[in-house]
Amino acid sequence: MTDAFLMALSILDSTIRVATPLVLAAFAGLFSERSGIVAVGLEGMMLAGAFFAAAVAFQTGNPWLGLLAGIAASTALALVHGYACITHNGNQVVSGMAINILVAGLAPTLAFAWFRAGGQTPMLPAGARLPQVRLPAVETVREVPVIGPVYEIMLDDMNVVIYIAAVAVVGSAWVLYRTRFGLRLRAVGENPAAVDTAGISVAALRYQAMALCGVLTGIAGAFLSTGLGAGFVRDMTAGKGYLALAALIFGKWRPWPTLFACLLFAFTDAVQIRLQGVPLPLVGVIPVQFIQMLPYVLTVLLLAGFVGKAVAPRVIGIPYVKER
Amino acid sequence: MATVTDGKGLGMPAEVPGWVGYLLLPLLNLAAAFLLSGVVILLIGENPLAALEVLLYGAFGYPEAVGFTLYYATNFIFTGLAVAVAFHGGLFNIGGEGQATMAGLGVGLVGLGLTGWPWWAAAPVAILAAALFGAAWGFIPGWLQAKRGSHIVITTIMFNFIAASIMTWLLVDVLIKPGQQAPESREFDASVWLPAMDRALGWFGIAIPSSPLNLSFLWALVCCALFHGYVWHTRWGYELRTVGLNERAAVYAGISPARNIIIAMLISGALAGFVAVNEILGVQHRLLLNFTGGYGFVGIAVALMGRNHPVGILLAALLFGGLYQGGSELSFEFPTINREMVVVIQGLVILFAGALENLFRPQVEGLFRRRGRVEA
Repeated sequence: MTDAFLMALSILDSTIRVATPLVLAAFAGLFSERSGIVAVGLEGMMLAGAFFAAAVAFQTGNPWLGLLAGIAASTALALVHGYACITHNGNQVVSGMAINILVAGLAPTLAFAWFRAGGQTPMLPAGARLPQVRLPAVETVREVPVIGPVYEIMLDDMNVVIYIAAVAVVGSAWVLYRTRFGLRLRAVGENPAAVDTAGISVAALRYQAMALCGVLTGIAGAFLSTGLGAGFVRDMTAGKGYLALAALIFGKWRPWPTLFACLLFAFTDAVQIRLQGVPLPLVGVIPVQFIQMLPYVLTVLLLAGFVGKAVAPRVIGIPYVKER
Repeated sequence: MATVTDGKGLGMPAEVPGWVGYLLLPLLNLAAAFLLSGVVILLIGENPLAALEVLLYGAFGYPEAVGFTLYYATNFIFTGLAVAVAFHGGLFNIGGEGQATMAGLGVGLVGLGLTGWPWWAAAPVAILAAALFGAAWGFIPGWLQAKRGSHIVITTIMFNFIAASIMTWLLVDVLIKPGQQAPESREFDASVWLPAMDRALGWFGIAIPSSPLNLSFLWALVCCALFHGYVWHTRWGYELRTVGLNERAAVYAGISPARNIIIAMLISGALAGFVAVNEILGVQHRLLLNFTGGYGFVGIAVALMGRNHPVGILLAALLFGGLYQGGSELSFEFPTINREMVVVIQGLVILFAGALENLFRPQVEGLFRRRGRVEA
């Protein structure tokens, strides 16, 4: 029992760790897409957050200033996306891709010029990283059966961003479904003309959604480079922005199912690492790549209506133009 | 040109010449993108004008550079046409990367299988294989869009990742050359390699310096011509454009949107797949990972800048090819600039020429309208 139990605990522990940036990015996408703006640019915004957080944390030695810088960078990008999509009615997918490509180039270019360490930041010292939260009385609780290992392996020594993400999830769900702002935000993604008729600015609402999107992707990026990792490395988001988008769709553009999708995708990742080269009963060794592609295959199947049905916000991707 | 279709509303004459839309505005957007790239170079602490000079010389300044530029442009022509054909059907194919990856598998199997064949016999088979594999990878998202209503942008993104995973698995576990660490297949037999342009021109006694430019470039030009004929001079092209412009009108005209969506994605996938012919059969001569190098994504910018017309796409592909080649020269000349600077410029060009394409439109068109009114 103990071995399997401890193994399950450590899988859950890494599931939560892997899920954190996904959750933050997916909820960023949730605000953006529910307001009617396609969130293909999550990857780039997150990468910008990661780079600027690491760069500032390294220069100042203060991870919190780094976090703020990361948030500022990704929010700026989110607002650029908004400027193209909201103010100029530009193509939202093109704008998102432009941001992804721009940051994929800009981050290593600036890193190369500023730090001369090949497109990355130097290693961050321990004090410049976002801290782990140590819980009290680990020594004593450890002895308690069942609860002890859960307390020690899973709950103790979690990064502070994991707590921030938990607050962000609950807060976002509350804002979206329990506040007037959230109601309007969802309405503007379904029927902007009605919102406009009610005398509420469609553009202002969407810019607010983009700002929230920027803040959350900034936290996600900062977590990657100064929480999980110790510095920025080239392409460190490695498709997590797209995976978050997949999770958002798999969660049918709703907060709690999206959270579940992120945890599911993170779980497959955590399991995948442990299954490498391990033969399973009946099927033998499954190549890791098949487990890695599982989230994408599931999302396609869902979109195709083979496993449930995902209905997108109605006007997603369509700029709002007032009748003349 | 002087019809009242362009300007909406009353009292606003539509006297904006056509060249404003397809020449002046793209050039203005391009200028804005380059200006901002210059700011980035300033930020790094180098001189933007000196960098521009190096970039231009590196891209077009000497024969070898031109060869490299045209080699990169070949890929951009294929992916630009691929995105454009889907655009004409009102579809957004950002799955060029995945389609080219799968086409690489087709080309790779041909290259590995046809040992001893002369290149002129192997090349058509490889082109066919690239088209088939690429089209197959475009077909599924197309079918899902047409029949199941799944959004093509999302499915093609997902299919990029699925293709990458499949390819990694094949190269790590199946097609890898035994006794080797790197996930690559063995090298193809030299007889099936697509001849480099310097070799091909050598047969006619024309000497050019050696570069990765190969005969795929000619195939890319043929594809431009075929594209033009298909889109504007066949019934199928007419149907495709009708579906793209107004799906409902197409239905009333007896045109099946579903059928045209699927056909457009088949063609789009095949065109994107030809990147593999250039890269795998023409240059690398072995199957390897990540040979698609983002060409599929940049194809979006190529198609947008080229206004979905083969001539425009050719010019835009030359621009991006020059950027790729000149940009790599930048990193040799300046100690603080690395190769990713090209990607920055690309991103800015996509942002300004694509997403912000309406940035200057109201002012510029207003200018022309006012002038037109004064003259009238």
